[in-house]
Amino acid sequence: MIAIINYNAGNITSVARALQNIGQDFVITDDTNMLEAASHVIFPGVGAAGEAMVYLREKNLDAWLKKYIKTGKPLLGICLGTQIILDYSEENKTECVGLIAGSTKRFPEKLTSEGELLKIPHMGWNSVQFRRSHPVFKDVAPDAEFYFVHSYYPAPSDDSAVLGTTDYGMTFCSVLAKDNLVAMQFHPEKSGRPGLQILRNFCAWRGNVK
Amino acid sequence: MLSKRIIPCLDVRAGLLTKGIKFKGNVDIGDPVEAAREYYEQGADEIVFYDITASSDKRDIMIDVVRRVAETIFIPFSVGGGIRNVEDMRRVILAGAEKISVNSAAVDEPQIIAQGAKAFGSQCVVLGMDVKKVEVSGKIPSGYEIVIHGGRKFTGIDALWWAKEAQNLGAGEICLNSIDADGTQEGYELNLTALISKNVRIPVIASGGAGKPEHLAQVLTTGNADAALIASMVHYRTYTIAEIKQYLDNKQIKTRMLW
Repeated sequence: MIAIINYNAGNITSVARALQNIGQDFVITDDTNMLEAASHVIFPGVGAAGEAMVYLREKNLDAWLKKYIKTGKPLLGICLGTQIILDYSEENKTECVGLIAGSTKRFPEKLTSEGELLKIPHMGWNSVQFRRSHPVFKDVAPDAEFYFVHSYYPAPSDDSAVLGTTDYGMTFCSVLAKDNLVAMQFHPEKSGRPGLQILRNFCAWRGNVK
Repeated sequence: MLSKRIIPCLDVRAGLLTKGIKFKGNVDIGDPVEAAREYYEQGADEIVFYDITASSDKRDIMIDVVRRVAETIFIPFSVGGGIRNVEDMRRVILAGAEKISVNSAAVDEPQIIAQGAKAFGSQCVVLGMDVKKVEVSGKIPSGYEIVIHGGRKFTGIDALWWAKEAQNLGAGEICLNSIDADGTQEGYELNLTALISKNVRIPVIASGGAGKPEHLAQVLTTGNADAALIASMVHYRTYTIAEIKQYLDNKQIKTRMLW
């Protein structure tokens, strides 16, 4: 069973609808007892780090995630769900879950490309340069683009956790992967066919990297 | 690098498309859900619905449309028209839209922008601006004035001031419609678009006047727009979105080419 963690952080229904479309059963829950039965966990999220962490702590979900990741079962982070698996976020100066060492940083104010000041948030379609292959990105074309909307980006301290990077006035880590964890800054559920393929791959994944 | 977005806009009244959309013949011209699906297949980067339902008792139909669209397409889509308060926004977001566009309501009560941004995040709140060119004056220093109620009512508000104010209140994006260019199919209002886009840090979607792929090329370069809204040129099947993107690609304007 696939479980989507519900932590009051924005539009989890779009993830649910994408799973429906690929014919995947799932539950949406914030109950750790129900989450125990899951084979795969999706940690989505739109919103602000501060409020999200307050809710996670209230429901004891931060501690539960730390325990879950050790079971070797697959975990998928999306957008805010990716940012707050790091130790710390500059957004609301928040101590986060800490599944991956590093922090989430705000794009610099003076982000430029070819002399033009870039817009913040980074909103729209952009590509990912992958450093290595990964089962969750199987059959996804290297020049596929994905839908991003964010003002903060994940910056893991261990470079080996970076699976893919994206360019927006600077190069930032847009996909993290470590053992049974894969986490992306963009929204696969809103990234058309390549995004649905990522979800399909995740649901079929056993958490191994080979 | 970030791609420029091509966004078809669909006008919906009481759950049906208002303009005939002439697809291959396999698409019911009246169904916004099928039209959205068709544009999704053609490579639209986002879709905008504009609810022009006059009577509020028929507005619930739109919620059902939003729900069905959300089950059908897997790209962002936004809904505007008739949104008066945070409760209206919540219903549309829960039905599955990513973004809500507010226009006249934000002029009447600017705090709706701040309230929406606080409740759902800035990325959810799009400020729709209808703008008309006027004489430069002390009150309207940019020479562009905000009009509401479908372009009928002048507000005395300067468009550039309003764009910055909306950004400060927490709008995540601006959809900028030129009333002068709208419906002409003679090209976007490039001066207006560049003026607004260069003076805010949030993305600007240009709207009004698209008739040829060349117009999109202009507004995405000279006009500094982050995205271009299109209607008639694709609704009447003069062009497909794929053809427009191919044209832009030939001009070295980056859009998403794989879908």
